Amino acid sequence: MRRLSIALMLWCVALAAQDPAEATRKPVTTPEDLASGERIYRIQCANCHGTQGEGGRGATLARPRLLHAPDDQAMFQVIARGIPDSEMPGHWFTAREIWQVVAFVRTLGRLAPQKISGDPASGGNLYAGKGGCARCHTVGGRGGAIGPDLSEIGARRSTGYLREALLKPESTVPDGFLQVDLATRDGGRVTGVRLNEDAFSIQIRDLSGQFRSFWKSELAELNKQRGKSPMPSSQGLLTSAELDDVIAYLDSLRGAQ
Amino acid sequence: MAVHSLAQVPYERILKSAAQPENWLTYSGNYQAHRYSKLDQITRANVHRLKVSWMYQIRAHHKVETSPLVFDGIMYISEPPSDVTALDLRTGRPIWSYRRSIPAVPVCCGQVNRGVAALDDQLFVGTLDAHLVALDMKTGRVRWDVEVADYRSANSITLAPLAVKDKIIVGIAGAEYGIRGFLDAYDARTGKREWRFWTVPAPGEPGNETWSGDSWKTGGAPTWVTGSYDAESNLLYWGTGNPGPDFSGAARKGDNLYSDCLLALDVDTGKLRWHFQFIPHDVNDIDANEIPVLADAIYHGQPRKLVLFANRNGFYYILDRLTGEFLHAKQFATQTWAKGIDGRGRPVPNPASAPSPEGAPVYPDDDGAANWYSPSYNPQTGLFYQNAREQGAIYYLTEAPYEPGKRFTGASRRPIPGEEPWGALRALDAMTGERKWEFRLQTPPWSGVLSTAGGVVFSGDMQGNFFALDAADGTLLWRLQTGGGIWANPITYLSEGQQYVAIAAGSAIIVLALNQ
Repeated sequence: MRRLSIALMLWCVALAAQDPAEATRKPVTTPEDLASGERIYRIQCANCHGTQGEGGRGATLARPRLLHAPDDQAMFQVIARGIPDSEMPGHWFTAREIWQVVAFVRTLGRLAPQKISGDPASGGNLYAGKGGCARCHTVGGRGGAIGPDLSEIGARRSTGYLREALLKPESTVPDGFLQVDLATRDGGRVTGVRLNEDAFSIQIRDLSGQFRSFWKSELAELNKQRGKSPMPSSQGLLTSAELDDVIAYLDSLRGAQ
Repeated sequence: MAVHSLAQVPYERILKSAAQPENWLTYSGNYQAHRYSKLDQITRANVHRLKVSWMYQIRAHHKVETSPLVFDGIMYISEPPSDVTALDLRTGRPIWSYRRSIPAVPVCCGQVNRGVAALDDQLFVGTLDAHLVALDMKTGRVRWDVEVADYRSANSITLAPLAVKDKIIVGIAGAEYGIRGFLDAYDARTGKREWRFWTVPAPGEPGNETWSGDSWKTGGAPTWVTGSYDAESNLLYWGTGNPGPDFSGAARKGDNLYSDCLLALDVDTGKLRWHFQFIPHDVNDIDANEIPVLADAIYHGQPRKLVLFANRNGFYYILDRLTGEFLHAKQFATQTWAKGIDGRGRPVPNPASAPSPEGAPVYPDDDGAANWYSPSYNPQTGLFYQNAREQGAIYYLTEAPYEPGKRFTGASRRPIPGEEPWGALRALDAMTGERKWEFRLQTPPWSGVLSTAGGVVFSGDMQGNFFALDAADGTLLWRLQTGGGIWANPITYLSEGQQYVAIAAGSAIIVLALNQ
């Protein structure tokens, strides 16, 4: 389960008060506005979305059409309120500042799209076969339960990020994903991915995909392994060409559009 | 069948509320705001037998922050946004409801209401559209309804009013929208305003010189948490919140009185007796909208009349409540906004924590180390129980043009990367602020605390757990998963001779008792 931080929820509540009329104003487009939008973007957006909108932890924005922002009014709302159940937060900008960022982001969408070598069809075969990805990940509702769902991964992440994730999974553990290793008082040991935790209990999916629930009082040890990933690296498993194919396949996964 | 006599709550009854712990007559349990009960049927030995007795479901889709009142066989709650319901204590069944249509009011933090006040045969509720309404206690019908301020410029009422003598004290919210704050007193019989104390002085009034230019007009300093009252000195104690705009200080040079203050006001006249400002010229939105707890105790060997205040800024303060003299401050949670507090109680700010265009991290974030939810002061153990929040944020300075009803804060925020915020229920020595024990919580809490003479502390968390701890050492004694985050304060009372504990959790009021 993705973690919806309390802060994100509060921001969404806070921005419920945004005047709807603000969202229908035409975006601003003077050179000063674009410069302001670029400045705000550089400080507050680029660390996730990339300085050129190439993506990273956040979705690629260097596209003419964006999944959650089919028009400028939608992009206004995304920046103001965030995207529920995602890592995109809302922002307390003034309406004018949001329009400045919208204007700048739209210029990124006019950049030439990245060229991808690799064959998506071969990549799909590798995904299901030699790569073993379906053991842990779901696409279109099918697959394993441990890793993040990949049905829209091509819209959410850049090819550069996907390459990094395949070669060095531990450098790209998503927010809300935590590997835990625990020992029960009766001698059992379990490693898995945390689904939910409170002061008294923890629920995980173990590495075989099984749901497990523990009272903390039953545990002898609870190790939160931040920065660790149960995903093995593709280095040595896939050839360079095969890696390109898998990346092309993942890039093609854009959900229902 | 029980016959409910004409319910009467004269002022004298509230004054002596500690002598009738079977009832809960005012928001914080007593005027001293202890949220402590002398009831001891439920003890550390038997609390593990606590079971749900009944529940009441609220249908509104907003956070439920109400703290119930209970007396004479009936429980009175507020429901979001500004409704009031009377519930039969025996069965949990509703008797009447007052329901109010609310227009579109700009609010920072949800369409919430924290409870009602009772005086004589009336109940009083503050509304989101900034009215004060008096209801007939028996039927819930409106006796009078007065406008306190204009909701269109984001004036709003979310707190439980305070009934004192013949007056109803009401505070205002909206300092994320550039309101000018105040505290009001209304005649309980007629609804006529008896006095208003503006928490931001106008030109010619003392303190106005602490605001450059015209910034006082949108100065904030709201009063949206129910204060406390000391009958002996005739003083109301009330916290004030952030100056406006919250994070951007350039246009409001000066100490910005009386934002982020504790005020002592004469309850009859509204005149200011003394003030203590926790944070002059605040740029981190660290409101002093918390509960002022009044304690008579031995301090440094002398009997002293004190006010205890766990501030949002992460410091626990002890002041003399007759004079406002600063006595002590002790840090109780992570903070980086101040390098320290000097001998007069004035902070030495950390300039690196001021919001900047490139982003400045600070602890605590603007939700604070403490917030509106209640602490509990237990005169038996001498402990002050405070739910503490451990969360920072990064603040980016933005524009702050003023438009009535529009957000006027001057910064955008984001979490500190890699941080997993958490919280803890902390027991502090009330006379020193030293931490005696803590009970860790998974995320920063919004739940208040209740302590009892049975040696038990009750509180909740945001994952739906309502729990009981040993008041002396914090050992977990009992827990219930309620299924909804707990944004409210617990109370306790007797009904037909048995002790109950009540808490709003998720969308429900849950009432618990020992299984028989």
